[in-house]
Amino acid sequence: MNNSVVKIENVSFKYEGQEQYALKDVSFQIYDGEWLAIVGHNGSGKSTLAKLLNGLQFPEEGRIQIGGIDLTEETVWDIRKLIGMVFQNPDNQFVGTTVQDDVAFGLENNGIPREDMVERVQSSLKSVKMEQFLDQEPHHLSGGQKQRVAIAGVIALRPKIIVLDEATSMLDPRGREEVLDTIRELKNDHQMTVISITHDLEEAAKADRIIVMNGGELYREGIPEEIFQMDEELVGLGLDIPFPVKMSKMLKAKGIPLNKHYLSEEELVTQLWTSHSNK
Amino acid sequence: MDISLQQVEYRYQANSPFERLAIQNVSIDIPSGTYLAIIGHTGSGKSTILQHLNAILRPTEGKVVIGDREVTNAKKQKNLKEIRKRVGIVFQFPEHQLFEETVEKDICFGPMNFGVSEADAKVRARRAIKQVGLSEDILQKSPFDLSGGQMRRVAIAGVLAMEPDVIVLDEPTAGLDPRGRKEIMDMFYQLHKERNLSTVLVTHSMEDASQYADQIVIMHQGQVYKKGTPREIFYSPEGLIELGLDVPEVVRFQQKIEETFGTKLAKTCITLDELTDEIEQLFKRGEPK
Repeated sequence: MNNSVVKIENVSFKYEGQEQYALKDVSFQIYDGEWLAIVGHNGSGKSTLAKLLNGLQFPEEGRIQIGGIDLTEETVWDIRKLIGMVFQNPDNQFVGTTVQDDVAFGLENNGIPREDMVERVQSSLKSVKMEQFLDQEPHHLSGGQKQRVAIAGVIALRPKIIVLDEATSMLDPRGREEVLDTIRELKNDHQMTVISITHDLEEAAKADRIIVMNGGELYREGIPEEIFQMDEELVGLGLDIPFPVKMSKMLKAKGIPLNKHYLSEEELVTQLWTSHSNK
Repeated sequence: MDISLQQVEYRYQANSPFERLAIQNVSIDIPSGTYLAIIGHTGSGKSTILQHLNAILRPTEGKVVIGDREVTNAKKQKNLKEIRKRVGIVFQFPEHQLFEETVEKDICFGPMNFGVSEADAKVRARRAIKQVGLSEDILQKSPFDLSGGQMRRVAIAGVLAMEPDVIVLDEPTAGLDPRGRKEIMDMFYQLHKERNLSTVLVTHSMEDASQYADQIVIMHQGQVYKKGTPREIFYSPEGLIELGLDVPEVVRFQQKIEETFGTKLAKTCITLDELTDEIEQLFKRGEPK
């Protein structure tokens, strides 16, 4: 897993007319096949980072390399083929009048031959379990279904990397699970890299690695266990502590024997049961 | 001001080929001073109910009583301004509705529309901006130079400046980070207490509903599925889980503990503190059977 697919080196960026830097001297790498969560308060630079990855904006200083190619105005079209983006609001991402037209849109734009296109539309909708909805109009779908169609549109282009920019934040719990399960399956089947920009710490806890942004700077990077050991420090950064960690802390404070702060509820319950039985 | 929905039904585009039944047989009482949360999936009828609370929609069957006004399908309503003044709605992403040159003008727009003089409206704007936790010097800025979180607060101040008796919140924290979410929810709770408002919160978040509301209504497919206090609602969470709704983390964890330990805790816990105490008791009780 140690081949990097994205290299970000000393990147700084500020929006036109703004004095403050949205990103200040940010460097990190993203490895092939990993699930990377990027967390941080509103305005911490998360979404700016997403825009830079896809060449919607270019850094003022520093360098971005994707799949070994330097991201510049000349290479941006090649790089966009490598990266698929799914945004927050499902309603803002529909262009087609039916589900299959919508998925075909990106393929047409890329000049994919018709037979190939028909096949890819079918298979990508199948992979997000929306093949029953080919001729449905988008406004008949639920939020979760719309986001899955948006994902199908991205998958059809066979990107190496998929960026979720708060893609589940407007969905209800069931929709959120549907979308995340779909992405997990696709990631495993197609060896994709997933970059998820999120406020949902339960989701971040399931990532391979987490990057914490704060005020435009990279504040910390590490595996979930390391990041959630930061504890109250996370609250100070405008974030939160996942429930199982909070629960572990409070139980420990009551003198209930626990070895560590657990990241999953299942682990915590199992541990409680064990220490209860051993008393 | 009391609001009550009595056997309310609403059909969109009634008597047309596009007719769609959105809610039916919905009865909800919101006595003055209540903090009510309405929860349900997208499409469960939450937003339709919301629009009945200040007579944006008229029920196709049943009636809505708002203070001393009765809104039914039968008669065309006149002079709804009074209702709109007393029931303030904070819509989803309210910052999208900011439009004036300055924050002050934007906040004053609502009250002045309801006949408040400019001088009074400015006094209200100053009060409202403090209530949402911003400083007065922001009043002369353009709302479009503010951060997203600040814009949302300004939009909320615009509703508060109308000095409503009832405030209706449609997903007020969507898109905010955890700190922003907590700040906004705490702010509304404080206003609710201090100004003795009725508050209606429409949300996906069971966490917020269980923490802040006195009463919860669960909507499912256009009907009231369940209503009661948080403790009543979460006493048997299985039904909610079946509907694909979230239950609060505390409730979910209590369920897992009870399954694993094969025993019921003494009460339905709503807060982390309560649950910690109950688990401590479980350990004190000694050996499992």
